[in-house]
Amino acid sequence: MIKVKHISKSYVKHKALDDVSFTINEGEILGFLGPNGAGKSTTMNIITGYISSDEGSVEIDGTDIFEDPAAAKKKIGYLPEQPPLYNDMTVQDYLEFMFRLKKIRLPMKEHINSICEMVKIADVQGRVIKHLSKGYRQRIGIAQALLGDPPVLILDEPTVGLDPQQIIEIRRLIRDIGKTHTIILSSHLLSEVQAVCDKIIVINHGRIAAEGLTAEMTKTGHSTSNIELIVEGRRQTILSLLEKTDGVKKVTDKGECEKGCYEFTVESTKDIRRSIFKTIARTDFAILSMKPVAVSLEDTYLNIISGKSEEDKGNVSDI
Amino acid sequence: MSAIFKREFSAYFTSPVGYAVIAAFVFFSGIFLWVECLHVGASNMSPVFQSMFFIMLFVIPLVTMRLFAEDARQKTDQAFLTSPVSIAGIVLAKFFSAMVMLLLCLSVFIVEGVALSFMTTPDWSVIIANIFGLMLLGAAFSAIGIFISSLTESVIVAAIVSFAVNVFISLLDTISATVPVDFLKNIVSSLSFQSRFGHFALGLFSFSDVIFFASVACFFLFLTDRVIDRKRWA
Repeated sequence: MIKVKHISKSYVKHKALDDVSFTINEGEILGFLGPNGAGKSTTMNIITGYISSDEGSVEIDGTDIFEDPAAAKKKIGYLPEQPPLYNDMTVQDYLEFMFRLKKIRLPMKEHINSICEMVKIADVQGRVIKHLSKGYRQRIGIAQALLGDPPVLILDEPTVGLDPQQIIEIRRLIRDIGKTHTIILSSHLLSEVQAVCDKIIVINHGRIAAEGLTAEMTKTGHSTSNIELIVEGRRQTILSLLEKTDGVKKVTDKGECEKGCYEFTVESTKDIRRSIFKTIARTDFAILSMKPVAVSLEDTYLNIISGKSEEDKGNVSDI
Repeated sequence: MSAIFKREFSAYFTSPVGYAVIAAFVFFSGIFLWVECLHVGASNMSPVFQSMFFIMLFVIPLVTMRLFAEDARQKTDQAFLTSPVSIAGIVLAKFFSAMVMLLLCLSVFIVEGVALSFMTTPDWSVIIANIFGLMLLGAAFSAIGIFISSLTESVIVAAIVSFAVNVFISLLDTISATVPVDFLKNIVSSLSFQSRFGHFALGLFSFSDVIFFASVACFFLFLTDRVIDRKRWA
């Protein structure tokens, strides 16, 4: 549905994007994660045709945004970082203006009313935008992106400025819309991306630092390949037994935790819980506790952006 | 395109700018009508139009200052630059909104002509030719103002710079007198808005003047189109 190929963008003194490529299939929700200034908004601005890239191409449903911008833009609903609202207009006038601007061929009044119901701004439809709160303004921005029911939605931090209840509602709305639409959304909030998106791209310093399905990322998040172990027995023997177990990369001795019981952390390349159990069971030692080391998505994310997994770039299973 | 036109035109009346511009126009044209016609008992409105040149100098920047600068500042340009509308369409829509605003202002001369007709027989051909002339002059000034507005994010800066440029253009006659080389002198004086507009004010309809103002307008609208496109590449 969206094909981004090798886009790069430089501003006067720094490279904002460096050879970014990815593909999103129809009906997928893609989450863009990354710190401030990582290039999330720049990427979105290029996909929507607001700015041009220095190199590379963007295809929306088979239409190139640079070659046929009008046709490509018709397929996109865009909520920029700062919603493009005309403060001097009423919500209704503004939405009618955007409706005409997008050359939408649907019954205008009904369409606008149904979208206002959907994002819960029907109560302020007649009010002037400048008098409205941040939460309303954000939702008007979402409403204008939804106008015309475009197949692709690009939402730059859609839940900024909303209260917790509104955040939950908007996330639910995005998930509902996502069943029939292709969506890219950016966020600082990992939990949001995790809750809403099928696929995650972590972007840092203008490059894709990692990408993968949310399920995979979350699975590696609760890794079964790194485990914490408490064993009762002789310390050195246990240590050497563990080190000899097939697939073990590294064993860290954490010391004695109870009398005669020792704690170890085992890093490995695959799930080794069974082989460790069998190895220890052959001796007269006892495993008192064995649990996967909980690596949260936060840890994974922080590792990626701080460059710790530089060598694992783009490979989800290794993060 | 019509959506942008409609929005820009109605925006003149959601802020005081539209009313202020119309008020200034009506007020000054009224004063000129009184001084040049009613007070001296003349029926020829040509001097009124001649004086209007200076009113146009400062009124047009007020009409055009907001057109692109405000969008750049409020980021509302993202709304139309990501919509299926061409940049040329956007520029023209904004230009026409300024033109219709100007036409609204100029309609005051119809009222003045009618008022005059109660006392004497006004020369309607002079009035119509002059409204046309002011439209052309306004088109050139507006295009310049829109171009300047596209260069900045500050509405105030857009207004001041446009005003300064317009004043400079009105000085071209004075400047040309000081140019020692005949060849250059001719070039400078042929660019003078004032002498070309003066032909209209006298009721002289010259095709070359029409072409001149139309070309200036097209040239600056083209530049505006380029500036907006260039921003996307910056």
